[in-house]
Amino acid sequence: MAAHLKKRVYEEFTKVVQQQHEDLSTKKLRLTKPSKSAALHVDLCKATSPADALQYLLQFARKPVEVESVEGVVRILLEHYYKENDASVRLKIASLLGLLSKTAGFSPDCIMDDAINTLQNEKSHQVLAQLLDTLLVIGTKLPENPSVRMRLVEVACKHLTDSSHGVRNKCLQLIGCLGPVEKGVAKEAESQAARDVQKIIGDHFNDQDPRVRTAAIKAMLQLHERGLKLQQAIYSQACKLLADDYEQVRSAAVQLIWVLSQLYPESIVPIPSSNEEIRLVDDAFGKICHMVSDGSWVVRVQAAKLLGSMQQVSSHFLEQTLDKKLMSDLRRKRTAHERAKELYSSGEFSSGRKWGDDAPKEEIDTGAVNLIESGACGAFVHGLEDEMYEVRIAAVEALCMLAQSSPSFAEKCLDFLVDMFNDEIEEVRLQSIHTMRKISNNITLREDQLDTVLAVLEDSSRDIREALHELLCCTNVSTKEGIHLALVELLKNLTKYPTDRESIWKCLKFLGSRHPTLVLPLVPELLSTHPFFDTPEPDMDDPAYIAVLVLIFNAAKSCPTMPALFSDHTFRHYAYLRDSLSHLVPPLRLPGRKLVSSAVSPSITPHEDPSQQFLHQSLERVYSFQHLDPRGIQELLEFTIRDLQRLGELQSELAGMADFTATYLQCQLLLTKALQEKLWNVAAPLYLKQNALASAAAKQIVEETYKMEFMYSGVESRQVVIIHHMRLQAKALQLIVTARTTRGVEPLFGMCEKFLQEVDSFQRCFISELPHMQGSFVDKLLDLMPRLVTSKPSEVVKILQTTLRQSTFLHLPLPEQLHRATANIIEPTGESDNPLRFTSGLVVALDVDATLEHVQDPQGTVKVQVLYPDGQAQLIHPKPADFRNPGPGRHRLITQVYLSHTAWTEPCQIEVRLLLAYNSNRSKASSRIPKSTWSESLEALPPSENGIEGTIPFSKPVKVYIMPKPARR
Amino acid sequence: GAGQDVGRSCILVSIAGKNVMLDCGMHMGYNDDRRFPDFSYITQNGRLTDFLDCVIISHFHLDHCGALPYFSEMVGYDGPIYMTHPTKAICPILLEDYRKITVDKKGETNFFTSQMIKDCMKKVVAVHLHQTVQVDEELEIKAYYAGHVLGAAMFQIKVGCESVVYTGDYNMTPDRHLGAAWIDKCRPDLLISESTYATTIRDSKRCRERDFLKKVHETVERGGKVLIPVFALGRAQELCILLETFWERMNLKAPIYFSTGLTEKANHYYKLFITWTNQKIRKTFVQRNMFEFKHIKAFDRAFADNPGPMVVFATPGMLHAGQSLQIFRKWAGNEKNMVIMPGYCVQGTVGHKILSGQRKLEMEGRQILEVKMQVEYMSFSAHADAKGIMQLIRQAEPRNVLLVHGEAKKMEFLKQKIEQEFHVSCFMPANGETTTILTNPCIPVDISLGLLKRETAIGPLPDAKKPKLMHGTLLMKDNSFRLVSPEQALKELGLAEHQLRFTCRVHIQDPRKEHETGLRVYNHLKGILKDYSVQHLPDGSITVESILIQATAHSEDQGTKVLLVSWTYQDEELGSYLTSLLKKGLPQSTP
Repeated sequence: MAAHLKKRVYEEFTKVVQQQHEDLSTKKLRLTKPSKSAALHVDLCKATSPADALQYLLQFARKPVEVESVEGVVRILLEHYYKENDASVRLKIASLLGLLSKTAGFSPDCIMDDAINTLQNEKSHQVLAQLLDTLLVIGTKLPENPSVRMRLVEVACKHLTDSSHGVRNKCLQLIGCLGPVEKGVAKEAESQAARDVQKIIGDHFNDQDPRVRTAAIKAMLQLHERGLKLQQAIYSQACKLLADDYEQVRSAAVQLIWVLSQLYPESIVPIPSSNEEIRLVDDAFGKICHMVSDGSWVVRVQAAKLLGSMQQVSSHFLEQTLDKKLMSDLRRKRTAHERAKELYSSGEFSSGRKWGDDAPKEEIDTGAVNLIESGACGAFVHGLEDEMYEVRIAAVEALCMLAQSSPSFAEKCLDFLVDMFNDEIEEVRLQSIHTMRKISNNITLREDQLDTVLAVLEDSSRDIREALHELLCCTNVSTKEGIHLALVELLKNLTKYPTDRESIWKCLKFLGSRHPTLVLPLVPELLSTHPFFDTPEPDMDDPAYIAVLVLIFNAAKSCPTMPALFSDHTFRHYAYLRDSLSHLVPPLRLPGRKLVSSAVSPSITPHEDPSQQFLHQSLERVYSFQHLDPRGIQELLEFTIRDLQRLGELQSELAGMADFTATYLQCQLLLTKALQEKLWNVAAPLYLKQNALASAAAKQIVEETYKMEFMYSGVESRQVVIIHHMRLQAKALQLIVTARTTRGVEPLFGMCEKFLQEVDSFQRCFISELPHMQGSFVDKLLDLMPRLVTSKPSEVVKILQTTLRQSTFLHLPLPEQLHRATANIIEPTGESDNPLRFTSGLVVALDVDATLEHVQDPQGTVKVQVLYPDGQAQLIHPKPADFRNPGPGRHRLITQVYLSHTAWTEPCQIEVRLLLAYNSNRSKASSRIPKSTWSESLEALPPSENGIEGTIPFSKPVKVYIMPKPARR
Repeated sequence: GAGQDVGRSCILVSIAGKNVMLDCGMHMGYNDDRRFPDFSYITQNGRLTDFLDCVIISHFHLDHCGALPYFSEMVGYDGPIYMTHPTKAICPILLEDYRKITVDKKGETNFFTSQMIKDCMKKVVAVHLHQTVQVDEELEIKAYYAGHVLGAAMFQIKVGCESVVYTGDYNMTPDRHLGAAWIDKCRPDLLISESTYATTIRDSKRCRERDFLKKVHETVERGGKVLIPVFALGRAQELCILLETFWERMNLKAPIYFSTGLTEKANHYYKLFITWTNQKIRKTFVQRNMFEFKHIKAFDRAFADNPGPMVVFATPGMLHAGQSLQIFRKWAGNEKNMVIMPGYCVQGTVGHKILSGQRKLEMEGRQILEVKMQVEYMSFSAHADAKGIMQLIRQAEPRNVLLVHGEAKKMEFLKQKIEQEFHVSCFMPANGETTTILTNPCIPVDISLGLLKRETAIGPLPDAKKPKLMHGTLLMKDNSFRLVSPEQALKELGLAEHQLRFTCRVHIQDPRKEHETGLRVYNHLKGILKDYSVQHLPDGSITVESILIQATAHSEDQGTKVLLVSWTYQDEELGSYLTSLLKKGLPQSTP
């Protein structure tokens, strides 16, 4: 709370500072204004050669110009502009004009006429282009002035016939940015301009210079972005541009076509060279597909990306994109995909062993083969086989988007996506796995496809494997062999990469619960039970066996007949796993097994409610303790905290909530304990020890409140108030303790003032919440505020002491969802006995792999701390790229920590842990204050005063054995 | 060579007076004189050097460069030979190997020697991709990337504004180590394209790769040995990369061996020419050169008997002799093992026999070898398929296409398709046949600046893309062309200017007076020719611009007026228009 109050104080300060600042600057302005423009004037007059003038101008451009003096400077510049003969100087002046008119707070309409006038006599094309650029800046600065815009557009139209491409470029850009958009305005304006902007731009589609053509298309797109509805007539023009010689023109044209296809999807266009007509969106789709095999890869990427967003396209066009008719020696050949499918449907396994297995069969009519399809044929086949991986990624993305909107297409593209799992570039593989996961609702994998998918499980990249596990979590498999195959491959994966354990178990959990009927026939085989003989009991600690059990138990949840197949030890293992891995093993209804069923089964389904109830009941009890004697309060709090902690361990869903409340109660307990001490009545020096206890309590409360504020996700402002309030109380306690222990009043003055400021900022921050805090410490304190401000420190302390003792305990409302940020370091495991040896003075990289849950903005907050045995601590900020986000609320940190130390004689352990950094400025309370008022001035303040920064350790430390050897000479 | 045929590629191009020979290959199928192209086609007597301006070799396959030492050293050619850097590096290795087989093994005499290969290589000029090489003042060549094998290139040959593109062998789909062929819109007059797969559209490469890897992986997991007979260069490297990356990805431990010799040398060059490979290899090479194989080691004869799984690449590719056959004999008896044939096998070789399903082979010495190992066929080929060829044609936009390096029947089909889709003419000459293609050569002409400025000032904006009509005098003097203004031409040639005037009489039935007729004509013309200055002169004559019209009464018939129209040669257009206008007569309605 103190921190918070403090921060408020600084806000206050900053405001004041800014005020002063402005005052200062205005004063300064008055002083400098004449000198500035005058100096420039003098300089320019002094300049003997154009080169000199240019130098002066360049120097001038480096310095900022105040708003008030802009106009004067502009006048001077213009004056010189007319006098100047050298084009380069004029160019610089023109660009300066543009820069100056960008100055915030300056309204450039006063210099517009002059700027337009300069255009008239200008001969140099470069300067003309620059002047037009300046006009563009001026135009964009004056958005609410249609007449100005019209004038500028007219000027631009006049210069469109210029022979330089640069000038035409700028004109088109200007028209695109400033051209009239609303129809009404356009009509009014047309009386003067009598021209249609679109037509003007359209005329330049055939310009001789490719740069101008590009600019024309870009201007058109700009108009579209500004809300003008483009005419359909442009479509045919744009289509012609697709065959342009220059890649930037083609690239822009593809975009334009895409825009038009979104605007007029349903209108009909004729197919050239035949009488048929098709929908425009289909035609555009075909055209863009064609561009996927363009010569330039930039265009290919562009085209492939845009394909994904054309969802109105009709399905038969869509399906053509995956079609590529194979032939060999003029005979139709089936693709490998078709063959695989056929083999699958005929129930045969691929022999694949004969030469000519894929021998072409039917003859095809030579006339019917269309080698260059006009339409969409095979666009994705080409895109996915492209040389550049950028194109392939774009194609995969597009496939994903299209497949999400069309289930039939999803089914069709599956083969191709599965193929992409074997791409040579890892990013592409990863992308295609993610894509597959996204569309997995629409698809069922065939066995042969599953086979290919599962082959990737052996990939050495962890990302790929985990992405694949995620994929398997949500795939549908069609046969029991498929399930078996998946299980076998996953177990293989497990033996090869034991670190994947958790992820594989989770994957099997979903696999089991999704396919109970497919798992059922496999159960005897998987558990290796025998109808007559007892089989040996498997090892309970074997991860592979646990994996199998996870699969079976999850399937058994919705398949009541399954438990009948279990053998005795299976039930025992179930009970064990249900306890130890409760997040993976679901509650089961096990008939006939009284022991298990009574313990777990019947009451299990409505189990959530009681625990929730319990939580609330225990809290109720605590909040109503007002009338109890202090001893009773303490006991009650202690019990409740113990209960809550236990509850949190048992019920993972409630863990966050329980811990949160427990922490709060702990704070309260500490506070009560501290106040209970009898020391308050006795002279200070006698109770130094007690003091230490009280101050330690205060310190701990402050720490705990920071934890409460920053370690939990889902904390709302209601909770923040209470947390801050608790912190304020702790600060008060600290103040009291210090007052009692220190002699002299001098330091107390400062502390008191600081505390009062904190109270003040608390009040301002949470003004809306104050009514809910009747009878609380702060409530009472604010009542006494006028007295406090005027009184001496010793009196303040006294008042505080009484209020603190009298104040009531605030009820902590619980939010809907509350999660505690947790981190778990997977690697290093800390089990290794082999020290990591390295030469002292050099560095060694330690791989750190950790999972983070419920951490907001981990890139900014999570740090790695390394503690050396000599007490030296090192704080490492991982790169933002080291964080991966495998799911909502979950993050994964895979990074490398560099260690170094001087030589040791013995190997020793260092500690690695994760910290959560916080900054009280970033707290939720401050975010509610409109930032604009003080954010600029904030930067002026030294950063240490911004707020209290600190770190909370939130993972178990892991010990790593290292041994820096002395360097050998 | 290579006309309606595969092998012995050798094409002669005469373009704007320059003669270029494209490729100089040998034919695998023959062992007599027919294996080399017949160079007497070029010239019967006289030296080849005088006749040929340059020789271009597209890539290092022997059917494209095999006859080069014979041609340059034995027949005699001293001119420049152009090829890319990798081709220049690898070509001599292959030639040497070829020489060894023919001379040392088959005992042929009258064949080129190692020294000849070296001498021949000295004549080679290496080129970079997209580098324009000026062969002489007019002839320039430029190489484009072609995929296919390391260093394969397509060449653009340009003389003046006529150009030919020769593709050599190319591949439009990228593979594991090479990228796809690419060419800009160079709009050549003629595109000479290979057409090996003129009638094939291939399936995605990925499926084949996956199958291949899966088979190898399964066998290795079973503990079996895999034998892959390959030819030393090209596919071998692709398969190596494929297996290497797979091993890396899957963390496999089984050893992969590569039979030593030629291949090792070649691998060395692959390491060097990273810029010629595909995106992946080029990008990762900073960390690790993909051709520095981690898992692939050199093979030793003794390794074949080692227990445990292994993969061995061995030459030659058709199992007809050498190391691959030896290993095959050792491993054939075990059903756990596998042999994968990655390419085509000629009839009569062991490779062909086992592929066609034969399980008992008779080896030399009447031994019967029972083949129990699995036999797989896997096609990896790096030629463009029909779609790829069409794609290249679309990229380059040639005016004519000529197909080589393929079978006649297949070419026929492709030819028909090309003509149908692109509306360009397509040729497919047989060996020895000459195709003449008419081009529209443009002849550059110097224009005097004054004239250019004057003429451009008249019309609308100059447009670089569109032709513009200009008036001037073409001077052909000392083998150079110049366009100058007529006045200057006259001055230079020392001629006096002659005025050429056309006069024409038009008879009009008009009873009125000459003066009135003149006025009527004036009004009429004034009404029609609004853009021209029409003046009525005081003497009764009318001028339209510089054309003079006079009306006089016919000497015999007063009712007929004769209009005399007279114009200079420069105003021919307007003059003839006026006459035709007047001949139609005057409108009657005038009062």
